[in-house]
Amino acid sequence: MTLYFTKDHEWVRVDGDTATVGITDYAQGQLGDVVFVENPAAGAALAQGKEAAVVESVKAASDVYAPISGTVTEANAALEGEPALVNTAPEGEGWFFRMTVGNPGELDALMSESAYRDYVAGL
Amino acid sequence: MGDTPETLELLPLDALHRRLGARMVPFAGYSMPIQYEGIVAEHNWTRTAAGLFDVSHMGQVILTGDSADAALEALIPGDIIGLKTGCLRYSMLLDAQGGILDDLMVTRREGDLYLVVNGAMKHSDIAILKAGLPGVDVAYRPDLALLALQGPTAVDALERLAPGVAALSFMRAGTFTLAGTSVWVSRSGYTGEDGFEISVPAADAERIAELLLAQPEVKPIGLGARDSLRLEAGLPLYGHDLTPETTPVEASLAFAISKRRKAEGGFPGADRVLKQLLDGPAKKRVGLKIDGRQPVREGAPVVHDGANVGAVTSGGHGPALNAPIAMAYVPAALAGDGQRLQLEVRGKLLDATVVPMPFFPKNYVRQGAKA
Repeated sequence: MTLYFTKDHEWVRVDGDTATVGITDYAQGQLGDVVFVENPAAGAALAQGKEAAVVESVKAASDVYAPISGTVTEANAALEGEPALVNTAPEGEGWFFRMTVGNPGELDALMSESAYRDYVAGL
Repeated sequence: MGDTPETLELLPLDALHRRLGARMVPFAGYSMPIQYEGIVAEHNWTRTAAGLFDVSHMGQVILTGDSADAALEALIPGDIIGLKTGCLRYSMLLDAQGGILDDLMVTRREGDLYLVVNGAMKHSDIAILKAGLPGVDVAYRPDLALLALQGPTAVDALERLAPGVAALSFMRAGTFTLAGTSVWVSRSGYTGEDGFEISVPAADAERIAELLLAQPEVKPIGLGARDSLRLEAGLPLYGHDLTPETTPVEASLAFAISKRRKAEGGFPGADRVLKQLLDGPAKKRVGLKIDGRQPVREGAPVVHDGANVGAVTSGGHGPALNAPIAMAYVPAALAGDGQRLQLEVRGKLLDATVVPMPFFPKNYVRQGAKA
């Protein structure tokens, strides 16, 4: 199981051929109170770097980008009733969706956890 | 955010906001606090205790001159001649077509009229006032800061520091002494809660704000919660819900056209506005409650029977209601309470219902009402 990060503040946890995607603690802090998540449906095809989901805070709507290409297998149903999980457990129960790993080579372009923490520290 | 090239002005309380950990954003030409601990927490605190807002970006303008009240009536549809000393009136600057140029508060004080106008509009408002009020001195007062203390326990906190304010009723004002400084206090605000707006010398603002924040009821509240509070209260925001393309009647603000002015006219666009009052306007500002949880923002099309019939002018999550709410302009025939409409967000149609505003019951202390 390996954790990767994007410059747009998504995380992706790869476990075999399945990836779980969410937004980072830094991202939820920037957004503030999350009140709604519009997730892609199971079966949706995602392309790396393209819009995958929309997260709505009290203030505004923000795009969430697919960290890798693949097909959505499951959206986190818990976010429908409790979108604030994105604030309270962004890198845990507040995950957005699961997807297949369409092209493992794409993972090479992502950051490791320590590289991401350094990146955020420099923002 | 933050790529505005022009230099932002700093509020008198800028250093305090930063010390309190505020996230600062550009707004109305100023660097302003959008939030401290979080919009929802600040919103709910204001609904249950007392929130301190720095609204010093707003324009405080003082009119003096023998017939300033009669002169001002040429620019706005409110009865100012009949406004009693120590009373506030909500009104609007109108253009020749009755379009809204800004909304404002007018208070008659001993010897002058005290106006509070929107921060983003203040310079154009002052130019309109100067050009439209010959023989009246129009004094812009950037040497004054403006603090709003809002919420059900605001009266407890302020009465402790400025004895006597508890006797003011809604839309009344007077001079009080707060920590040795003479301040102008109005029982008014923009949250739908009981509360006060306090005009203080900018040089004393930080000391007074810190004293207010030291009261157990009081926390600092940013612009984010100010917007969600006023949305729940059904209060329009200039530049969004009110523009030169909307008249007071279309904006569902006909209450601000005073009785005598309805009879006499004599304000900009009176012919059109009074005709709308009589015949009803073609479009109206309404409140919408949206099914489900997805917020709908400004600009979303309003759809009825597959046709685009209007647009959302403000919208978002209502924290105290825990539901999405919005304001929109729709044809008068579709403006009745209970009317079902749809709102388009990212290609998806969401069901919504026209509901009366405020969305959240107002909590004002009106004159003659039981305590």
